[in-house]
Amino acid sequence: MATALVARLRRALPRMTRRRAAGAGAVALVLIAALAVVLVPRPASYRVSDAMLTVRSGPDGNTPVRLDTRYYAPKSGRPVPAVLLAHGFGGTKETVGEDAKTLADRGYAVLTWTARGFGRSGDKIHLNAPDYEVRDAQRLLDWLATRPEVRQDGPGDPRVGVVGGSYGGGLALMLAGLDRRVDAIVPMITWNDLSRAFLPDAGGGAPVDGVFKRAWAGLFFGSGSAGPGGQTGIAGSGSGATGPGPGGIGAPDGVDPTCGRFAEDVCRAYLSIATTGRGTPAGVDLLRRSSPATVLDRITAPTLLIQGLADSLFPLTEADANAAGIAAHGTPVRVAWFTGGHDGGAGPQTDQDRLKFLTAQWLDHYLKGEGPVPSTGFTWSRISGFDALDRGYVTNGYQTDRYPGLAGSGTTIVELSGPPQPAANPPAGTPAALSSIPLAGALSSFVNGVVRDVPGQHADFVSAPVERPLEIAGAPRVSIRAASPTGSAVLFLKLYDVAPDGTASLPGGQVAPVRLTGLPADIAEAGPVTVTLPGVVRRIEAGHRLRVTVATADQAYAGPVEPTVYTVALGDGRLTVPTISGTPIASPAAVWRWVLLGLVVALAVGLAVVLFVARRRRRAPRTRVDDAYADVPLVVRGLRKAYADGFVAVSRVDFEVRRGQVVGLLGPNGAGKTTTLRVLMGLTRPTAGDALVFGHRLTPGAPVLSRIGALVEGPGFLPHLTGLENLRMYWRSTGRAAGDARFPEALEIAGLGESVHRKVRTYSHGMRQRLAIAQAMLGLPELLVLDEPTDGLDPPQIAEMRRVLRRYATDGRAVLVSSHLLAEVEQTCTDVVVVHKGEVVAAGPVDQIVGESPSVQLDVSDVDAAAAVLDRLGVRSVAADGAGLVVDVNGTPRSELVAELVRAGVGVDRVVPRRRLEDAFLALVGESSRGSGDR
Amino acid sequence: MSATDVAAGRRPGATGAAAGYRPGATLSVRAEWRRQLSRRRTQVALGFMVLLPLIVLAAFQFGNGGDDTNGGGEFGSMVDLATTGGLNFTLFTIFVSASFLLVVVVALFCGDTVASEASWGSLRYLLAIPVPRSRLLGVKLVVALGYSALSLLLLAGTALTVGTLRYGWHPLRSTIAADLSPGQGVLRLLAVLGYLAVGLLVVAGLAFLLSVATDAPLGAVGGAVLLSILSSILDQITALGVLRNLLPTHFSSAWLGLLSTPVQLDDVVKGAISGIAYAAVFWSLAWWRFLRKDIVS
Repeated sequence: MATALVARLRRALPRMTRRRAAGAGAVALVLIAALAVVLVPRPASYRVSDAMLTVRSGPDGNTPVRLDTRYYAPKSGRPVPAVLLAHGFGGTKETVGEDAKTLADRGYAVLTWTARGFGRSGDKIHLNAPDYEVRDAQRLLDWLATRPEVRQDGPGDPRVGVVGGSYGGGLALMLAGLDRRVDAIVPMITWNDLSRAFLPDAGGGAPVDGVFKRAWAGLFFGSGSAGPGGQTGIAGSGSGATGPGPGGIGAPDGVDPTCGRFAEDVCRAYLSIATTGRGTPAGVDLLRRSSPATVLDRITAPTLLIQGLADSLFPLTEADANAAGIAAHGTPVRVAWFTGGHDGGAGPQTDQDRLKFLTAQWLDHYLKGEGPVPSTGFTWSRISGFDALDRGYVTNGYQTDRYPGLAGSGTTIVELSGPPQPAANPPAGTPAALSSIPLAGALSSFVNGVVRDVPGQHADFVSAPVERPLEIAGAPRVSIRAASPTGSAVLFLKLYDVAPDGTASLPGGQVAPVRLTGLPADIAEAGPVTVTLPGVVRRIEAGHRLRVTVATADQAYAGPVEPTVYTVALGDGRLTVPTISGTPIASPAAVWRWVLLGLVVALAVGLAVVLFVARRRRRAPRTRVDDAYADVPLVVRGLRKAYADGFVAVSRVDFEVRRGQVVGLLGPNGAGKTTTLRVLMGLTRPTAGDALVFGHRLTPGAPVLSRIGALVEGPGFLPHLTGLENLRMYWRSTGRAAGDARFPEALEIAGLGESVHRKVRTYSHGMRQRLAIAQAMLGLPELLVLDEPTDGLDPPQIAEMRRVLRRYATDGRAVLVSSHLLAEVEQTCTDVVVVHKGEVVAAGPVDQIVGESPSVQLDVSDVDAAAAVLDRLGVRSVAADGAGLVVDVNGTPRSELVAELVRAGVGVDRVVPRRRLEDAFLALVGESSRGSGDR
Repeated sequence: MSATDVAAGRRPGATGAAAGYRPGATLSVRAEWRRQLSRRRTQVALGFMVLLPLIVLAAFQFGNGGDDTNGGGEFGSMVDLATTGGLNFTLFTIFVSASFLLVVVVALFCGDTVASEASWGSLRYLLAIPVPRSRLLGVKLVVALGYSALSLLLLAGTALTVGTLRYGWHPLRSTIAADLSPGQGVLRLLAVLGYLAVGLLVVAGLAFLLSVATDAPLGAVGGAVLLSILSSILDQITALGVLRNLLPTHFSSAWLGLLSTPVQLDDVVKGAISGIAYAAVFWSLAWWRFLRKDIVS
C-alpha cells in the first residue's frame, strides 16, 4: 500500500524533477527499510535439540521410562536459569513450542518433554502421580543439574522454575511440593484436589458424595480423543487452546481397548465412578493422590497462580485453595484471574499480554534475580465488550494489593424472592439444561441463547433491579431449602444476569452442583442449606436483575436417574454477593493517547509557525518597486519559459505596454503568446526574465495583479449559474466593494441583453467570450489583457469590440491583445509586437509598421521577361512569388515601373502595394499557416 | 470611463494593489460556501443525506416479517436493534453509511472542489484576481470539510428525528453492553460521529491532494474512493500482520468500541492518530504541490 501510494503520487505529479525524484526515492527507501525491519526474522537466540531421554523412575525409582524431550539451550556463554515447561492433558512437547521459544528468547534454558503415556513417550498415564510423572520430572531436574549452560544453586541443584497449564500446572505444584530444588512455579488453570474437581459439591459435601462431572471426565477419558492440549496460557501462541488437538492418547497395538494408555488403577477408578455416577472411596483416594492439596504445605517455591474465569473444569475454587494452602506457610503467592480457561480458551489479547507480563516478571525475579520483588497482590480482568476490530473480547484489567479470596473484599446482600416451586428431575437426567459446553470457547458463556433451562425442571428466584452497578468478583452464596420424596436431591444452581428486556446470561457458563440428603418430603420442614455459587467476575449494570435458578439436571453432570419431583424454596432469601474494588491496570495502549496529543500539538504548532512565517513574508515588500517603470502598465524583460520536459515555449520576449496604448501581441499558433500571458496572470513562473506591472514584479499571487483584468485561454465560468450571477460571484471573490465593479458598463460591453439571466451552460461560444471580456473589464482595471478576444464573435461584434478596446485605452489605461489575426491587430491596435517561435521579431507602432512598404507585388504575364526589365530599372530586389513578382522598388515610382513593363511587352494584371506588417508576418508564418493567419 | 475613474485606481500602495484589494479579503469562506452551495452536486449530496434515513425507515416498514437470519455478528445485532428506538435507528443508519456512502460524499466535497474549478477554467481567473494560492486552498478545504461535516450531521440528525418519531425515545441498546440512557446515548452518538469525522479525514486528505494534482474532478473523487476501497481490501488480508495497522482504513470500525461500557478508547485513539497523520501528510503534499504548480488548465 505504502509503495503503491508512492507510485500513485508519482503519477499524480507529472513533471518529476530530479529533486522531487530524489525526495520520493528517499521516502521509498525509508518505507522499504521499515518493512525489512518488520518482516525479516531475527536469528534465534537459542539452539533446539530433541532427544529421547531414558530416566529411572516409578515406585522403586529404578524403572526406566523413555521421555521425548526438547531442549532450548541458550547461545550465550554464561549459565542461565532453566525452566521446565510442562504440557496440558493430551498434549506433547510440541504443543508448548511457542511458549518455550518465548521463554528461551527471554534468556532461559527451556526443557520441554512429553509426559509419560502421551505421544512418543513410554509407559502409561498415572495422572501426575508422585511415583511416576513427578519422579520423571525430578529426573529431568537431575539432568538439568548436569548441563553446563544451566545456572546451579549447588551440586545437583539447578536454578529452575516450572511452568505449565492444566495437567502441566498440576505437575508444577506437585513437583514443587516434592522437590525443594524448584525455585519458582507458574501453575495455570489447574487443580487443587482432583477428586473435588470431578466430584464437586457446592454445598460443602465430601467428594465421595459429590456430583460427577460427567462431560469433562468423559472427554478426558474418551479413547482417541484428547484434552485441551498445551494450554499453558502464557503466550496464547495458537497452541490450540480450544478444541481437541492432535497427538492425543493413542492406542498402540496390544493395549487394553478399554483403558487406552491410562494406567490400570486410574482406569479402574474411572470405570467405577462413571458407571454409577457416584464417587467411590478408592477412586477418590486415587484422585487425591494426584492432587497438589496433599503437598501444599511443603511448597517453598514462590508461586504465581493463574486461573480462568471461563473454566467449568477447574474453577476458581481450585486456585483459591492452592493459594490459601501455599500462603499459609509463608511462601509468596500471587493470584491472577483471566477471562479464558478450559471453556474460554487463551482469552483476549489484552489478557494474554497481562499474563505474559506477570509470568516474565515472576520468573525474572525469582530465577534471574532481575527486577523488583513482584507484588503478592491480585490481578483480574473483566470482559467489557467486543473488540471492534478483531471481533474478539476486550477486557479491562484490575489489581489490588491483597488477594481477598472468593469471598471478596466486601459483600453486598441482594434480596431474592420467589415462592417455593416444584421442579421435576427427568429420568436418566435427560433432557437437561445446557449450561456449559466443554471446550466450546468463551461464546458459550457470554452470548445469549446458548444457555437453556428446560421448562418444568427448574425453580427461579429473582431480585429486584439493582439500583447501582454491582461489581461481582468471587463466589456468591445463597441458602436454599429443598424437599424430596426420596429424601435426597441433586440440584444445579446458576446465577443469571437478567437484562431489563429479559435476556439472561450466565457468567462464565458455570453451575454449582449440590447433593442434598436427608430431605423431608414437605418443603415446610426443610432446613436451609448454604450453597456457594461458582466464582465469577461480572458487572451487573443498574436496572439488571440477578436470578438464581435451581435446576434438576445438567448435561455436564450425572444426576439421579429416577424421575422425581422436588420442591425448592429460598432459605433466608439473601444472596451474598462478594464485591471488590481494584485499581484499573493502565492498558499499554494508553501511551497512544499521549502520541495523539503530541501529534495534535505538533500539527497546531507547525501550522502556527507556517502561518506566522507566511504573514511576515507577505508584510515584507516582496520586491522593490522599480521607480523607472512605476507609471508603465507593463514591461516584459527577457522573458523565458522552458517546461520541465525541455520544451521552450518562450525563448526571449521583451516589450512594453504604455498608458493609452492598445498593444497587439501577434503571432501564429504556438508562437508563445499564451504562455507569455499566463506569466502575466501569475499562473506560471518564468524560467528567466520578469514582467513588471507599474514597476511591481509579477509573481503568482502578487497584489498588483488586482490591477489587471484578463481573459486568457478562453472563458471560465460556473456553468450552472447565469451570466450575471457568474459576474457577481466573481466580483464577490475579489473582496472589493461592489460599487467598484461597474456592472452596468461591463454588461453593456457584454451586450448579452436578457441572456445574461440564462445559465452559462446554455451560452454559445461567442456569448461566453463576450461575458469573459465583460468579466475582465469589471472594476475597469488599468491593464486589460485579452487572449484572442474576437474568437467566436461575428463580424459586427468584432467591429464593436474594436471600438470598445480603443475607447478603453483612453484615460490612461492600456490594453494588451493577443491574436493570430493580422487584420485584427492592424485594425484594433496602436502598437504591435510580433512573436514567432518564442521570440519577438518585430515591434513598434502599427502606423509605422503597417505604413507604405517599398515593396510591391506584380502579377505579370511573363515572369522571366519582367524580371529582366526590372533588373535594368535598378530596383533593389526581385523575388518570384507564384504567378507574380515581389519587388523592392527602392524609390522608383510604381507608375514608371508599370510603364516600363508595358513598354517591354509584359502584360501587367495587378499591381498591389505591400505593407510592412504583412511582410514581417508572412515572412514568419510562411506557407504553413497562411490559411489560419489571414481572414 | 472618466479620468477620475482611472485616478481612483491609480493609488498604488506599497504592494501596488488596486484600490479596495486586500489579499485577506479575497474569496471569503462565505463566498466559497455560496459558490459551492449553488452547485447541483452539493444540493443533491446534502439532499441524499436527508433522504437516506427515510429510505431506510421505509425499508424497515416494508420489510416486516422477513425472518431470514442476517449473518449474525454485530451487524445482525444492529439490524435487530435498529427499530428499538431513535438512537438505535441513528446508529444503524450511520453503520450502513460509514463504510462507503460517507467516503464517497467526503471524497466528492474534497476531491471535486479544486479540480472542478480547473476543469471549468475558472481557477485561473480566481488566481488572477489574485486570490493567494494558500488562501484559495485554505478556504476551499475549510468549506469542503464544512460540507462534509454538514452531511454527517444531516444524516445523523435526520435519522435521529425520523427514528425518534417512528420508534420513540428509548435507551441506546447494544448486545455487548448495558443499555445507555438516552442522554448518555446521545453523547455516545456524538462521540461516534466525531470519530467517524476524524477517520474520514484520510479520505478528505487524499481526495484534496488528488483534486490539486488533476484537472479531472471525477478522477480526484474516484481516485480517493478507489484507494479507500483498496485499503479496505488489503485490510482483509490478515497475512499482512502488523502492516495492516498502517492502512488508513484499518481502524475505520473502531467506533464500535465507543458503545461499550466502559468505552474502549484504545483503537479509537489509534484510529484518530492514523486519520490525523494521513490527513496532515496529504494536505501538506497538496499545499506543497499547488504553491509550485504551473496552472495550465
